[in-house]
Amino acid sequence: MFAMTPMGNKQKKISLGEKLLQLNWSLVLLVTAVASIGFAMLYSAAHGSADPWMNAQIKRFALGVVGMLLLGLIDLRYYMRFAYLFYGLAFVLLVYVEFLGEIGMGAQRWINLGFMQLQPSEMMKIALVLSLARYFHGVDWEAVGKPWVLIPPTLLAVAPAGLVMKQPDLGTAVTLMIVGGAMFFAAGVRWWKFAIIIAVGVVGAYFAWNSSLLHDYQKARILTFLDPESDVRGAGYHIIQSKIALGSGGVWGKGFLQGTQSHLDFLPERQTDFIFTMFAEEWGLVGGVVLLTLYSLLVLYGVVIALRCRSQFGKMMAFGLSFNLFTYFFINTAMVMGLIPVVGVPLPLISYGGTAMMTVLAGFGLMMSAYVHRDAKLSRGGREEN
Amino acid sequence: MAGNKQQAQNQAKVFSRRAMILGGMQAGLVGSLIARLYYLQVVESEKYRLLADENRINLRLLPPPRGLILDRFGVPLAANFPNYRAILVAEQTKDLEQTLGDFARLVPLTERERAKVLRELKRNRAFTPIPVKEDLSWEQMSQVELNLPELPGISIEEDQKRYYPFAGLTAHILGYVQTASESEVAADPDPLLTLPGFRIGRSGLEKTYDGSLRGSAGKSEMEVNSVGRIIRQLSRVEGKPGADLVTTIDIGLQEFAQQRIAAEQSCSTVVMDIFTGEVLAMASTPSFDPASFYRGISGDEWRTLNADMFRPLTNKTVSDGYAPGSTFKIVTTMAAQAAGISPSFSVFCPGFYTFGPMRLHCWKKEGHGHVTMPDALKHSCDVYYYDVAKRVGIDAIAEMARKFGLGRPTGVDLPGENPGVIPDQQWKISTLGEKWYPGETLVAGIGQGFIQATPLQLCLMTARVANGGYAVKPRLFKRYGAAGSDEAYPPLTVVNAAQESDAAPKMDVKQEHLAMIRRGMDLVTNDQRGTAYRRRIDIPGMEMAGKTGTSQVRRITMSERATGVRKNEDLPWPQRDHALFVAFAPVHQPRYAISVVIEHGGGGSTFAAPIARDILIECQRRDPARRNPNDEGGRREMP
Repeated sequence: MFAMTPMGNKQKKISLGEKLLQLNWSLVLLVTAVASIGFAMLYSAAHGSADPWMNAQIKRFALGVVGMLLLGLIDLRYYMRFAYLFYGLAFVLLVYVEFLGEIGMGAQRWINLGFMQLQPSEMMKIALVLSLARYFHGVDWEAVGKPWVLIPPTLLAVAPAGLVMKQPDLGTAVTLMIVGGAMFFAAGVRWWKFAIIIAVGVVGAYFAWNSSLLHDYQKARILTFLDPESDVRGAGYHIIQSKIALGSGGVWGKGFLQGTQSHLDFLPERQTDFIFTMFAEEWGLVGGVVLLTLYSLLVLYGVVIALRCRSQFGKMMAFGLSFNLFTYFFINTAMVMGLIPVVGVPLPLISYGGTAMMTVLAGFGLMMSAYVHRDAKLSRGGREEN
Repeated sequence: MAGNKQQAQNQAKVFSRRAMILGGMQAGLVGSLIARLYYLQVVESEKYRLLADENRINLRLLPPPRGLILDRFGVPLAANFPNYRAILVAEQTKDLEQTLGDFARLVPLTERERAKVLRELKRNRAFTPIPVKEDLSWEQMSQVELNLPELPGISIEEDQKRYYPFAGLTAHILGYVQTASESEVAADPDPLLTLPGFRIGRSGLEKTYDGSLRGSAGKSEMEVNSVGRIIRQLSRVEGKPGADLVTTIDIGLQEFAQQRIAAEQSCSTVVMDIFTGEVLAMASTPSFDPASFYRGISGDEWRTLNADMFRPLTNKTVSDGYAPGSTFKIVTTMAAQAAGISPSFSVFCPGFYTFGPMRLHCWKKEGHGHVTMPDALKHSCDVYYYDVAKRVGIDAIAEMARKFGLGRPTGVDLPGENPGVIPDQQWKISTLGEKWYPGETLVAGIGQGFIQATPLQLCLMTARVANGGYAVKPRLFKRYGAAGSDEAYPPLTVVNAAQESDAAPKMDVKQEHLAMIRRGMDLVTNDQRGTAYRRRIDIPGMEMAGKTGTSQVRRITMSERATGVRKNEDLPWPQRDHALFVAFAPVHQPRYAISVVIEHGGGGSTFAAPIARDILIECQRRDPARRNPNDEGGRREMP
């Protein structure tokens, strides 16, 4: 009955021209709008100069958008087919940098590709979404209820998260766990199983606190977060200064290039992790709400694509990627507002830096592919069905 | 197949529902972000705006220049002088040791100074300027300036330091300035005191008029970045400079007086305008160099000054009380007249006075024979005063003494005034818990015993005798602002004199009684048999009238012995007599009063009177200049 609909037939003969038309150009517009806010803020962060950050960021973004569109044209089946392979590659690289980082590169956890720095943990964010999407695509609705069926995907999520945590990159580790959890939930895993996981998580956190798994500075960050004023000169300084910057911005902000906290260096990392603070200092509550709305629209866009996808893989992937974006911007903004500990997560599309932008743009590319191929029916192995 | 489809549909339905649930959660979280933003940027905005301003705005106090202290002609007695100091900014040099070493080759640094710099550098941030050396000479300053390229991090800063051109000549009058102590900073709300290196008046006029001399702070708001580096100046409000203080001092006379007594180990003298109470000169030896307090006096220096038995830090004219000896006979004579004893009242002096079992001696063993009141002053006959004092009683004498300004603070505008002691029956009961012995009245009658008076009080007493009974008050303050030529010193006429004294209340004494005293004092210096005849002023029109005093610190009266009060025990210094002399001049048209006290100096007529004579001559010689300040002849320029 499903296969007999005209749409299902039409799907087979989709041409490149049609694909180009099908691409979500409104999404491109939205992404560009957010990135442009980032350009303006990088210009401001350099005290009104295009160098050193804005120009570099624009080039990176242009490159990234081209890559995003190309990813959008590739058939969804290939993503499904190579999902595990990609995951495997990311995992190997993660182990590789962990190993190399231990013996010779200090705290360095990336691989220099010459034109950019490849961060395996960022790759893993996409790889995890793809492999989980593929896994749940291949699992029967009833099978989702069986505990042992959930063991492989749990390992898929926990193993890289553990490695990333050891790097130590608390922000990314938490992101991997949250995104993984959201996908489990979307796949139909029962509520009570989450309750068990959360309980295990709490107990685990207790032991993590008392073991060497969390570094002292990570513990300090959490403690300082609970009472930032206790360490005004040290670890609490960043968050206090960030709150002062936000609060002093008021409703309308201090004006472009006029943020005193940012421009007098009270605000740390204003071009990267704390760029949202700078934005909200200069543009006020109004600017902050506009930016949060734009991000929400981007996330919503992903959810809509997911809902419109016919294949479980497409649904899961689009949803996972959009949730990844959400986690990204939520952790960053909540962090600079003092709602959660400072974990060092950049603001996607806006913070200076290539890695996060690449991850997010690649994610949008995959979402577009899911949209373009929304009516494709995929077999369990990734081949299109009739 | 149908089962599969059913499954797929279920799966899609569950997915949609759960995606909605998660979407809702996401929306909720975004809502919480917006709520948080609202809280920070609207509800708490004002608080954070203040914090942001506190962050970026560094309020700097601009110290106002301290007011000058001038003599009555406008000659600066206390001035401000540029102080060059070398400062070091650690972050501007790569090698601190090297820079300090190079600097020390130009300007020698002691080990202590070097250690202090290194200590300060450790305590402060790298951009904070640290003083390396204060008080550079002009040569040192130019040497450093010249070599600045080789001295990275070093720069020269200029501020004002207090400078006393006359140094020790005016040290006791002016006092000195010092950095405020912690308790002073806590007690005084003036923000200036918190400035490092800001100095406040610590003694003398610098202390009395500190509030006016200090001025008020200016403010400059600097925008600074997170590490405190100055970005720009936002605003600047200039402070109010301290007011210039014109004193009554005639520096020419002051210099003369201080130098005249410099040879004495411990001596003090005050010259006063009898009609206005203006102090023209106030000298005390030994003196000290106020500059040493400015530099920051070392512990050793301080101990040496304090341990000095001649007490160089004390302004003896106001802070030291002495037994006035025979100079007090002025008061006793006044009390006798007030009690109805006539000037012709005569007492026979055989050289001693018998009082019960005691025999009190006159200073002249062979006695003065029959003595009337003017002769008693002239000869300073002790027996006459024993007799008179016994008749009048201590309470009447004390009352008269207080009328002349003894026994209580004169209210002079200098800190640390000693009120002196004028004993009476009540005083002895309340202070010593003993009743007054009649014998003590006799001793008090000649200015011995419990009586203590400061040289300033003795001068004031003389002034009040000479001005016809006006209760003038001594002062060193003339006015704020620059000395102007419109402030000519009033000509010396009776009319003017009376006008000037109008401000001071008339004392409850009879004019003829005062005239009697003046006649007696005239005899002391100008009668051949007067005790100070040989020290008289024989320049026509400048003659002085005076009263000698030799107060004994060695021989203690019987009654004192009985009470066990031995003031002498406090004085380890050679137990000679104090030499005193009070006088006014010119004798027939008085204008100036003087007192001289030489601590353990011997006889008053021999040692104190010549000093008074010389100073009064100089004072009167300078008189026309004071009346016309434009007359350069009377001026004394800054050395």
